[in-house]
Amino acid sequence: MRLGLSGAAVLAAGGPASALVQITVTGGNFTPLPIAVPDFASSDPTFGAEVAQIVRNNLTRSGLFRLVEPSSYPQQVGAPNATPEFASWRGTGADAVVMGEADRAGGQIQSSLRLWDTTAGEQVTGKSYGTDANSWRRIAHIASDAIYSGLTGEDGYFDSRVVYIAESGPKANRIKRVAVMDQDGANNSYLTDGRMPAITPRLSPDGQTIAYMTLDGPNSSGIYLLNMGSGQSQALGRFGQMSFAPRFSPDGRRLVFSVTQGAATNLYALDLGASQPFALTSGAAIDTSPSYSPDGSRIVFESDRGGRPQIYVMAANGGGAERISFGDGSYSTPVWSPKGDLIAFTRMSGGQFSIGTMQPDGSGERILATSYHAEGPTWAPNGRVLMFFRDPGGNDGPRLYAMDIWGRNESQVPTEGFASDPAWSPLLS
Amino acid sequence: MGSTMPLLRLGKGFLMVFLLVAVAACARTPTTGVGNLGPGEGGGSPGSQQEFLVSVGDRVFFETDSSVLTSDAQATLDAQSQWLQRYAQYRIVIEGHADERGTREYNIALGARRASAVVNYLASRGIPSDRISTVSYGKERPVAVCNDISCWSQNRRAVTVLTN
Repeated sequence: MRLGLSGAAVLAAGGPASALVQITVTGGNFTPLPIAVPDFASSDPTFGAEVAQIVRNNLTRSGLFRLVEPSSYPQQVGAPNATPEFASWRGTGADAVVMGEADRAGGQIQSSLRLWDTTAGEQVTGKSYGTDANSWRRIAHIASDAIYSGLTGEDGYFDSRVVYIAESGPKANRIKRVAVMDQDGANNSYLTDGRMPAITPRLSPDGQTIAYMTLDGPNSSGIYLLNMGSGQSQALGRFGQMSFAPRFSPDGRRLVFSVTQGAATNLYALDLGASQPFALTSGAAIDTSPSYSPDGSRIVFESDRGGRPQIYVMAANGGGAERISFGDGSYSTPVWSPKGDLIAFTRMSGGQFSIGTMQPDGSGERILATSYHAEGPTWAPNGRVLMFFRDPGGNDGPRLYAMDIWGRNESQVPTEGFASDPAWSPLLS
Repeated sequence: MGSTMPLLRLGKGFLMVFLLVAVAACARTPTTGVGNLGPGEGGGSPGSQQEFLVSVGDRVFFETDSSVLTSDAQATLDAQSQWLQRYAQYRIVIEGHADERGTREYNIALGARRASAVVNYLASRGIPSDRISTVSYGKERPVAVCNDISCWSQNRRAVTVLTN
């Protein structure tokens, strides 16, 4: 039986049946699910093997899966249109096996997979999908998301990108460029030339614009908008003495950012296309690092109005700010999870930096990673993985790291040079 | 410290003698900026950027997470304001900086707050605010690079940069 040809068609009727293997992750104690991923069947076997390897890497890095060593497989290449010999797959220790195929057809790549439960002997997920041939790695990421989703019941996050700051050169005079890459570090490209140092990039929800800050003297420091189509950057405008920390609203129509005037830094919002922003906060304190709730109704931000920096939540149009962080030290860079259930932050206490999460009412604080420096968490689109940057100090430089929301399975995200300020895109598909 | 004081005085004596030579040299080859005079140079000619750097001091330092001007900082800014009143041809940029023990965006704002403290102080000493612009570089441009307080304390600074 051929799988359906329409893009992203889910072939399994309804959701995964309760009898089928499924990962339920609710806390720190958890055994990764053993899974087998033979090479994808393809008229180009090398291509099929490359796709499978990307899928294996994705699943392993997520921490939810343990890859069963391919040398033990009863067959090396998947056969998506045949029912697997479940007994022999069970013999490898695999609870699930992925049978995929991928082939180029004209300028397109078509792929399909079936995910099988080896114990129940039933299909968990079947899916068929395609991309253009230039972005062939996406085939593997879409496949990975289908597997992740089939076995967890939640959305995946592999078919996504990360904008960040690529850093090079000595620390006192470091070149900082806006760059973008796939979430696994592949397909990197540099988007600014580094003549003006850039920091804190954020991707618009539609993926067409990157807002970032440039630091280049009193007249040209501020927020710039980079058009992904043309590759050109344009200054947003001059507000106060300096504007920085730009973030898009979830509908992409508004930008919220900090404006400095004298000693004070307040939050402002600008409807894109309008010329003048309006104030969301006022006062003599520093208010910065805003982040919208996913429904756009609230903004979490950092303020030192009470002395040291702490986290506050207010209405999206300003007003009613309430402090939610109360631990020792200070709290910075709050970021609302795309699921809405958690806020990630940077905490500084006892001479160390930590990445942690708390619920939007400030309860349930968890510290996930602590070191000399760690900063700037960003959420995977499914709200299950955090990426952040860590700088060992001295003339060394920062690198990106990813971990799950229980602080497990931390791994460095490969980048060509030093890297900081990651910002994760929504799912592309 | 006490035993080094006579040496310092002696140093200043040499410096003043040398200034005459430097002025003579500058008459023929005007120079601005740091490092254009040869090794062993002193304070630069009166009104030069070199004099501002060496004899007045271009920067003040801050305590951790603070933008309060210390008495040392106020003394430096008093000297700066006197010099700037004498040499009114200069405009100035106040650059605010932070150490690396904070997050990037907060430190941008903290650097701006430090620059603002300097601007307000200089204005109170008679420097018109239209001669002054400000910028913050947060923790992005350290002058000292290491993992302890000896570097952090040098990086928590506001620098007065002369422009023409």
